[in-house]
Amino acid sequence: MTDITQLSVVEQFFFYMNENGSYIFSQFVSHFLLSIYGVLLASVVGIPIGIYISKFPRFTGPITTLANIIQTIPTLALMAMIMLVLGLGKTTVIVTVFFYSLLPIIKNTHVGITTINRSLTDAGRGMGMTKLQVLYMIELPLSISVIITGIRIALVVAIGIVAIGAFIGAGGLGDIIIRGTNATNGTAIILAGAIPTALMAILADILLLWLERRLDPTKRKKLRTV
Amino acid sequence: MLHIEKLKKVYRGGKIAVDDLTLDIQKGEFIAFIGTSGSGKTTALRMLNRMVEPTSGTVTINGKDMMKINPVTLRRSIGYVIQQIGLMPHMTIRDNITLVPRLLQWQKEKSEATARHLISLVNLPESYLDYYPSQLSGGQQQRIGVIRALAAEQDIILMDEPFGALDPITRDTLQDLIKELQRNLNKTIIFVTHDMDEAIKLADKIAIMHEGKLIQFDTPDNILANPINNFVKEFIGSHRLIQQKPNFKTVDEVMIKAISITIERSLDEAIRLMVKSRVDTLFVTDGDNRLLGYLNVESLTGDARSKKSVSEVYIKDIVYMKTGSKLQDSVRRILKRNLNNIPVVDNQNRLIGLITRANIVDIVYETIWGDEEQELKDS
Repeated sequence: MTDITQLSVVEQFFFYMNENGSYIFSQFVSHFLLSIYGVLLASVVGIPIGIYISKFPRFTGPITTLANIIQTIPTLALMAMIMLVLGLGKTTVIVTVFFYSLLPIIKNTHVGITTINRSLTDAGRGMGMTKLQVLYMIELPLSISVIITGIRIALVVAIGIVAIGAFIGAGGLGDIIIRGTNATNGTAIILAGAIPTALMAILADILLLWLERRLDPTKRKKLRTV
Repeated sequence: MLHIEKLKKVYRGGKIAVDDLTLDIQKGEFIAFIGTSGSGKTTALRMLNRMVEPTSGTVTINGKDMMKINPVTLRRSIGYVIQQIGLMPHMTIRDNITLVPRLLQWQKEKSEATARHLISLVNLPESYLDYYPSQLSGGQQQRIGVIRALAAEQDIILMDEPFGALDPITRDTLQDLIKELQRNLNKTIIFVTHDMDEAIKLADKIAIMHEGKLIQFDTPDNILANPINNFVKEFIGSHRLIQQKPNFKTVDEVMIKAISITIERSLDEAIRLMVKSRVDTLFVTDGDNRLLGYLNVESLTGDARSKKSVSEVYIKDIVYMKTGSKLQDSVRRILKRNLNNIPVVDNQNRLIGLITRANIVDIVYETIWGDEEQELKDS
């Protein structure tokens, strides 16, 4: 039996990772899923709201202000407030992530659609597209990369929020970090929670950045130059 | 086919953009709405496909009240070309051309055939169908913009300053192209412009608008000869009015014989012919005397030395005038394109003559001093 106290922090970290690999992995997955659920939910609600406020500009002000206010509430405070209603557990964390993700998603959808050259939608309408066709044949394809930027920002933030969610019993990598803070000389355990969290955020960022580039019509690979 | 009756548009706030516009447009006519900015010409045009809803008045298309047709159905049956071109950057040229056919859910093969046919009409290679709009030049993009408006066999095409953003030479080429398309396909085109030269060159009838009102609606020749009031006179510009006076002359009256060579001849023969007739340009024709291109001194030097026949070196890109066109148009074209001469062809594209810069100097001389000489002789 190894005496852990005699090892350096780095060695302790690898030891812990080795011993608890499958546990960390399962927490990693559940952490990731919690973030994804919240962001997906926010996308389902936020993208239509973003489309709506770009069609009816008079709602733009109130709705973005509301989303901005939500954004200014500290995570822990918002989570505590939601907890009063929904109680402890995963649901509360997902709802918190949802609220935080709304702003970047609504804002980017709005920006993506309103910055499309008006002559394109004008041409589309003039050629006999219905409003719905203008939306899904012109506006959405041209703003999809900007919308994905919003989702990317939301997801990275969400991963951070879910880590805090461990305080209200949602599990995830935050659990490991809290365990480390409670243990004496728990640096290695903190790292075992924090490093995968950071990695997840970076990977999510890179993956969505790649997707964003892929879907940007103006940066699409050129066939041949004329 | 298009009857506009007391069409009126009042914007919120009471600004009258178009005031009691009444006008009749026949099938196959090329109509130009012209006026200063704010004259209501674009609003008038946009009311014809209900992009702007009229406040009052009626428009009937082939006897049908336009207001009773669903706007989406109506717009699919009317071509629409805008100044900003408006090609979809995320669609290939093929998808852009076949946009309306796709909205109408045509068979794929039919759309594809249409795309191929149309792109050949505007002298672009079929390979361009797979390109994206950003890979084309502005002029090429607007060619696509024009044929996109023809793709669903629309009879009426609305154009809102379609060539406004193009450079003069590209614009000139596209004007020729659109005029030819319109004649060949017998389309009715309603065109908004603020360029009087463009209106005179293209339109069968010009509608001059000012502050929402239709001031004069007539053929270009009639407008130039009898402007209805001072505003029109000023708008046309005095230089054009003067231009109009001496010459209803056509190119046929002043052209000289063009020296041509048939395409299967050898370069030796071409050079001998040049020396013999003392010219630097030969026009290349086929057996039927149809104009194919030209050959000049420059094309005989350099690489061409190793070539043997006319068909290998002649230049296909050639600007020509149709028989019956006005002399002033040929002058404008020679000056604008910086050409030395311009061949004249008949309706079958057969070479019948040539206008050169020397020709034009003769005519200018005649119009300015011709009368004096006559007087000198008389006295």
